[in-house]
Amino acid sequence: MEATLLDFDLRDKEEYIINMGPQHPSTHGVLRFEVCLQGEQIKYLRPHCGYIHRGIEKMSEALTYPQLIHLTDRMDYLSAHINNEAVALCVENAMGVEVSDRVKYIRTILAELSRIASHQLWWCAFGMDLGALTTFFYGLRDREHILDIFEETTGSRLTQSFITPGGLMADVHPNFQKRIKEFITYFRKKLPEYDQLLTGNIIFRERTHGIGVMSKEVAIDYGVTGPSGRGSGFTCDIRKIAPYSAYPFVKFNEITLSEGDTYSRYVVRIKEMWESLNILEQLVDNIPQGPTMLELKAVKAPKGEYYQRVETARGELGVYIVSDGGPSPARIHYRTPNFSNLFVINKLAKGHKIADLVAISGSLDLVIPDIDR
Amino acid sequence: MALLKTIKAIGKYFYDIYDGVTSLARGMKVTGSYFLKPSSIVTQKYPENRATLKMFDNFKGELMLIHDENNKHSCNVCNTCARRCPNGSIEIIYKKVEGADGRTKKVLDKYVYHLETCSFCGLCVPSCDEFALKFDEEFEHAVFDRGKLTKVLNKPGSSSKATKE
Repeated sequence: MEATLLDFDLRDKEEYIINMGPQHPSTHGVLRFEVCLQGEQIKYLRPHCGYIHRGIEKMSEALTYPQLIHLTDRMDYLSAHINNEAVALCVENAMGVEVSDRVKYIRTILAELSRIASHQLWWCAFGMDLGALTTFFYGLRDREHILDIFEETTGSRLTQSFITPGGLMADVHPNFQKRIKEFITYFRKKLPEYDQLLTGNIIFRERTHGIGVMSKEVAIDYGVTGPSGRGSGFTCDIRKIAPYSAYPFVKFNEITLSEGDTYSRYVVRIKEMWESLNILEQLVDNIPQGPTMLELKAVKAPKGEYYQRVETARGELGVYIVSDGGPSPARIHYRTPNFSNLFVINKLAKGHKIADLVAISGSLDLVIPDIDR
Repeated sequence: MALLKTIKAIGKYFYDIYDGVTSLARGMKVTGSYFLKPSSIVTQKYPENRATLKMFDNFKGELMLIHDENNKHSCNVCNTCARRCPNGSIEIIYKKVEGADGRTKKVLDKYVYHLETCSFCGLCVPSCDEFALKFDEEFEHAVFDRGKLTKVLNKPGSSSKATKE
């Protein structure tokens, strides 16, 4: 049984409750932490979510499969391409069709670009949470290049809705490959700056080493996936376990560290950016020719239940579709990574100072609309 | 033994100072190098560069009905775009006109586009078999009155290519 407000006689123990959020700058969205403190020490912590619940799963029941794609953009908006891909793959599996290699390659390239862009934005915001405002401008400067690639091909910078059941909305722009190659050479030069600016910084190191240690067992118990889980030595990369799209064709390493503290979660993400650059380099020159859209008469999943999981920038995203054979799902459920990643925070923050809570919640890389959906 | 411990502690103290100062200097070197290189500035002065600012061709701005030089569009009131729209942002109002051959025909009266509910998913443009729609490069959507977000896309006096005069 978890401790609640009623279990604490606050006056006797000199304990008090502080609400962090829902409008706190370092919760990155409308999330509220109910923090019970003794002095500066956290006694217990309860996250309250639901402030940005929009009922995406229920809304999707009224929409056809190509239409509901655009709602998945609005869950984890930093890996919009990957969310689109998850639904598209699930519907394609249900229909028993397979897209061309060209589509697979382009989907994987877009997914890896979004992963880098997402980690860049996380790096900016994490540095800013810990008081290093410089990182915010440096990270956004590099992210701009990826957003330009997205904008040129898909027409949008954040909510692209480009991947659809059966293929892609359009073919890529002629400049697509050239721009990616330019970006790879550019970012290879700029990524060491991230280490010089923040990784080695003494203030940053003191604030992250040994803070919020998560053991592998806890990570598995709570279902913490993605870079946060891999920082604790939990091998949970869906790209390796159950390869989809073009991941079987590329060679890459799964980054795992065993320490499990805030710093190791940070290092996993920095190293993942290098790995994503390697994946991009292997794919960008070898995009095969082929159709970008399958000739489908109607996008209808046959009666049954279907599940597909993919690796977003934050962990494992599962899409569960129950179909009655119609053009829209009877029930759709998303197993979002952030929801599981959030609730481990009580375990990590207990006993630490309130200032460390910012570092811990930052290192879990939470995107609040993905928690509430 | 105690002495050794003290010496170690003192050593660590000074090493930490040295380590901290060098780590800060390494970071300052990066920011300093950009400070001395104004050519590396990537920011734009937005409202000032409005005249030269060009969006990408594929950019999803506002929906528009393509009109040619004779003020003609290609919409033939098939309603596919309105049915494909997940938010009901497109409303096609038509009137029935009796043609020369005596059969009634649907003719576009108003192509209403609700910008306020549009989520820019881009399903409408490829759904059109007549290629009548496209997104323009407008990105400054802010207005003072909500009513201004409901737009009529067919220009006054325009007619469809499909209808013969």
